[in-house]
Amino acid sequence: MQVKRETVYNEIFRISASQTNQPEWLKELRTEALSFFSEVGFPSVEDEEWKYTNVAPIARETFQYDFKVESKISEETISKFVLEEAKKSFLVFLNGRFRPEFSNAQSLADVKIASFTQAFNDPDLQKTLQQKLGSLVDYRKNGFTALNTAFIEEGLFLFIPRDKIIESPIQLVFLTENEKIAFPRCLIVMEEGSEATLIESYNRNQEGKYFTNAVIEISIANEAKLKHYRVQRESHNSFHVTTTCAEVQCGSVYDSTNITLGAKLSRHDVIAIFKAEGGQAFVDGLYLVSGEQHSDTHSVIDHVFPNCLSRQNYKGIVDGKARAVFNGKIFVRENAHGTDAQQSNKNLLLSNEARVDTKPQLEIFNDDVRCSHGATVGQLEEEEIFYLMSRGLHHSLAENLLTYGFAEEIVNKIEVDSLKSQLDEALLNRLKAKL
Amino acid sequence: MLLEIRNLHAGIDGREIIKGLNLSVEKGQIHAIMGPNGSGKSTLAKVLAGHPNYEVTEGEILYEGKNLLEMEPDERAREGIFMAFQYPVEIPGVSNSQFLRLAYNEKMKHLGREELDPIEFNELLKEKAKLVQMTSDFLKRSVNEGFSGGEKKRNEILQMAILEPKLAILDETDSGLDIDALRIVAEGVNKLRNSENAIILITHYQRLLNYIQPDFVHILADGKIIKSGTKELAIELEEKGYDWIKANSAHC
Amino acid sequence: MAKGIEILTKREYKYGFVTPIETETIPKGLNEDTIRLISKKKDEPEWMLEFRLKAYRHWLKMKEPKWGNFKYPKIDFQDITYYAAPKSKPKYNSLEEVDPEILRTFEKLGIPLSEQKMLANVAVDAVFDSVSVATTFKEKLKKIGVIFMPISEAIREYPELVRQYLGSVVPINDNFYAALNSAVFSDGSFVYVPKGVRCPMELSTYFRINTQESGQFERTLIIAEEGSYVAYNEGCTAPQFDTNQLHAAVVELIALDNAEIKYSTVQNWYAGDENGVGGIYNFVTKRGACRGKNSKISWTQVETGSAITWKYPSVILQGEGSIGEFYSVALTNHAQIADTGTKMIHIGKNTKSTIVSKGISAGRANNTYRGLVKVLPKAENARNYTQCDSLLIGDKCKANTFPYIEVMNNTAKVEHEATTSRISEEQLFYLQQRGISQEDAVSLIINGFCKEVFRELPMEYAVEAQKLLGLKLEGTVG
Repeated sequence: MQVKRETVYNEIFRISASQTNQPEWLKELRTEALSFFSEVGFPSVEDEEWKYTNVAPIARETFQYDFKVESKISEETISKFVLEEAKKSFLVFLNGRFRPEFSNAQSLADVKIASFTQAFNDPDLQKTLQQKLGSLVDYRKNGFTALNTAFIEEGLFLFIPRDKIIESPIQLVFLTENEKIAFPRCLIVMEEGSEATLIESYNRNQEGKYFTNAVIEISIANEAKLKHYRVQRESHNSFHVTTTCAEVQCGSVYDSTNITLGAKLSRHDVIAIFKAEGGQAFVDGLYLVSGEQHSDTHSVIDHVFPNCLSRQNYKGIVDGKARAVFNGKIFVRENAHGTDAQQSNKNLLLSNEARVDTKPQLEIFNDDVRCSHGATVGQLEEEEIFYLMSRGLHHSLAENLLTYGFAEEIVNKIEVDSLKSQLDEALLNRLKAKL
Repeated sequence: MLLEIRNLHAGIDGREIIKGLNLSVEKGQIHAIMGPNGSGKSTLAKVLAGHPNYEVTEGEILYEGKNLLEMEPDERAREGIFMAFQYPVEIPGVSNSQFLRLAYNEKMKHLGREELDPIEFNELLKEKAKLVQMTSDFLKRSVNEGFSGGEKKRNEILQMAILEPKLAILDETDSGLDIDALRIVAEGVNKLRNSENAIILITHYQRLLNYIQPDFVHILADGKIIKSGTKELAIELEEKGYDWIKANSAHC
Repeated sequence: MAKGIEILTKREYKYGFVTPIETETIPKGLNEDTIRLISKKKDEPEWMLEFRLKAYRHWLKMKEPKWGNFKYPKIDFQDITYYAAPKSKPKYNSLEEVDPEILRTFEKLGIPLSEQKMLANVAVDAVFDSVSVATTFKEKLKKIGVIFMPISEAIREYPELVRQYLGSVVPINDNFYAALNSAVFSDGSFVYVPKGVRCPMELSTYFRINTQESGQFERTLIIAEEGSYVAYNEGCTAPQFDTNQLHAAVVELIALDNAEIKYSTVQNWYAGDENGVGGIYNFVTKRGACRGKNSKISWTQVETGSAITWKYPSVILQGEGSIGEFYSVALTNHAQIADTGTKMIHIGKNTKSTIVSKGISAGRANNTYRGLVKVLPKAENARNYTQCDSLLIGDKCKANTFPYIEVMNNTAKVEHEATTSRISEEQLFYLQQRGISQEDAVSLIINGFCKEVFRELPMEYAVEAQKLLGLKLEGTVG
């Protein structure tokens, strides 16, 4: 019933495609993805996966696309967003394109860092890139992944060789200018026994309207470990959609913490797939939204292989007229015996116009499993507020303090000090709390 | 002869743990089996009760002259073998009293005796519960769910009192008990012993034997009984430690 | 473990017999004439026919729902008989007029209908294919103002009451199967409990499908006036046929101020054989409206039969302080599919709901809990607690949990918890060590698993439910 539609994206795609000298396989992938997008368009609320998130505001807008690597940004501006610990290990994306010239990788000598163009010309990286790019996030997932794939240009390929332990946190700094549309694309490949910390930070440099549509693919080989912090603090007038997928192998650990504070309308799809026995995945998050913000998190933990462990702990604080959506799926496939999976989603509604829709799901095909999930929507405990007030705290302060405490469980996980204190501060500011 | 174990070899997951064990138990006797961790004490208990994960590779076990190894675990229980678990299992939603009545009536049915209705059974239960100082509140709660370690062990002895086994195997019943709980459990066991039943006490420490006097003490090491004696052996063992016995047995 | 599974997989369906009586059926197929014919056979007033035709016209425009995550053969709605009745007499004035074969059938099912043998303190309405054959204690109930009769009779005798409430909770165009039911429903029960009356006995309807190619489309309407109370139970069985039969019922409950309705179901329609051949498609719409202040509606269900069950008994919590409850056990085996749960719609202030769902899946079955808890902006202090547990037996079955929680009020508290587990070998061994056979041990564990739901059932039904789950235990509920 879908008709191929000619959209503004077809037009910019033609220009973009005509300028590129990418390898044939990628050109094909991009063309297929665009054609898929033309067929399905943006998702609608009739689609179960988008039941609570209406993306019509994104579909209605027309954004500008950067056809050339021309935009400039000052060192000073960038430095505002770079964390203390990552001063020599940050990689900058401007309007969706990876810009090595604005980046600093001095302390990342052990990591192979390449833009996609560089990777095509590197015989070592080329093959892995072709093999992995698009293998974890299928462009057919939805209109957004299709569009991102159609506009793969200067992405980032991060390759961490065998047994390398990267001490400095690798910070990806994403900046998008007003009125622009950005399609950041990253492929992170970790070889056996390697370890790293990745910080994916989406920042607001300008308060305007723009759209970031990212896809992050992560492949973690046997016994490798990744700590992944994702912090989305885009402009409150902007739109943000990201799909993250991590494949977890034998004995490897994917530990991610996802913080959502920004954007007017945001959606994060996070997927962890166990591709061998004995992997572990921790997918935690905090969303704190207010005003007219809308935040949607969809997680999928896919237990394809036996004896893997997954934990999910998502917390939400929703104020003003904001709306938060959480949808968490745990799949336990037929052969995945010995699966141990837990999921928790707790929400605080701070205003009477705020709204939460949560949908934790279990789909289980195997009897030898330990699975549980829980979800709550509620307020702070009266008893706790009373306790603090009896110690002399003002009612509103008691509330703010408890709300802060509620969120802290997630923030406390962060092992990068400057990031943690930044978030602490942001939380306190948002809650107008003093400590 | 109530129980006769001949040249028993048994293990789990293809790993041999009991390596040629012999033991004879007569009615009216209490046998203590002591040994260091990993010597095969609990394996012996589980093999006697018929745990499906344990495999007997050689030897035989005769119980009242019958081949015990051919019987299912529940048959063994109905025939009078009782094992007090080291780690009693929780059964959510099933009350202790329901469970006990069911087990009791299964045994009565097996013996061709009359089954008890809930009211009659409750009388019996109340009577027996005194033995281990359990309140009726316990009986209403789900089997072992939310019980403390001591409560679980007392519950095991209560079950023993209800089922009146011919052969009771107490697998480390003393572990994790404080001195008061230990006394309650031991008193319960002492009241249950008579000339028609036998008890195998499996323990790591001599402590329990101060309260329950064994007729025989066997030292188990590396899957075999390496020394047997009377209760004095246990005292000697306590003084000199397991290393003494291992060193000693090397000469034998 | 293997043996434990067998007891569940080898249970025989003992209600699978066919009653050899002559049946009057109308030709297969559905059109406006079919509906006129049904309405005429039931001697209905004009407004009822209008209601049916309106529903039918809606139905024609509707699409068959496809919300389940599974496939089943397409239902040919023109290949179904929409009316089947024992030939002897379409309307029974007394038990003497009922075919003895039918009475024997119900007796065989454990539902004696004759005055001497009637279940004490339970009034029974027995529905055989499309008609109600007998209602016991009708007169006794009438004396205290309680109306309990087949809905077909109520339409003639109490048209104002029926007209006021029928379709008021489940509108005729609510969903595909509700629309179909509204067009072709044959019979079912009608209950009216007047103001301040606590119905002194439990009311029970027993549904029996006998004819091979007929569908059963019963319709139940229960109205509890201010301050009244009624407990209503239903049971269902069907013969064993190798074709699928459609059962698409609609149940509407209305509770006014301070009224309480307790509705229990033990559903044991034929489930098909172990290869999934035959069995009932059980597509049912059940909904209660707590219209009055402090009213309460409680659904308890034990679903063990049917090839496919789609059923979400729901409560609309409109009245201030009203309470909705849903207690469910769904056991699926072989190739059975159950997709069941509830919707609790909190509209009024201080409304409360409780959901306890226990799913047991064995064989190659697919067992899904699907539920919605919705708190609308004006539902100050709404409370919900949901507990959803699944037990899997064997590694070919499937258990899903799909809760939807939508909260639009910040004074609401909603809690959802779910677990999935299996019967552990240690639990089985422990019970066996106490002399309990493996089969009984499995039953005991399942019984314990379902306890919170069983204790909501009336005594007779609890015993029945346990038997259905293959339980041999007695007196273990309570």
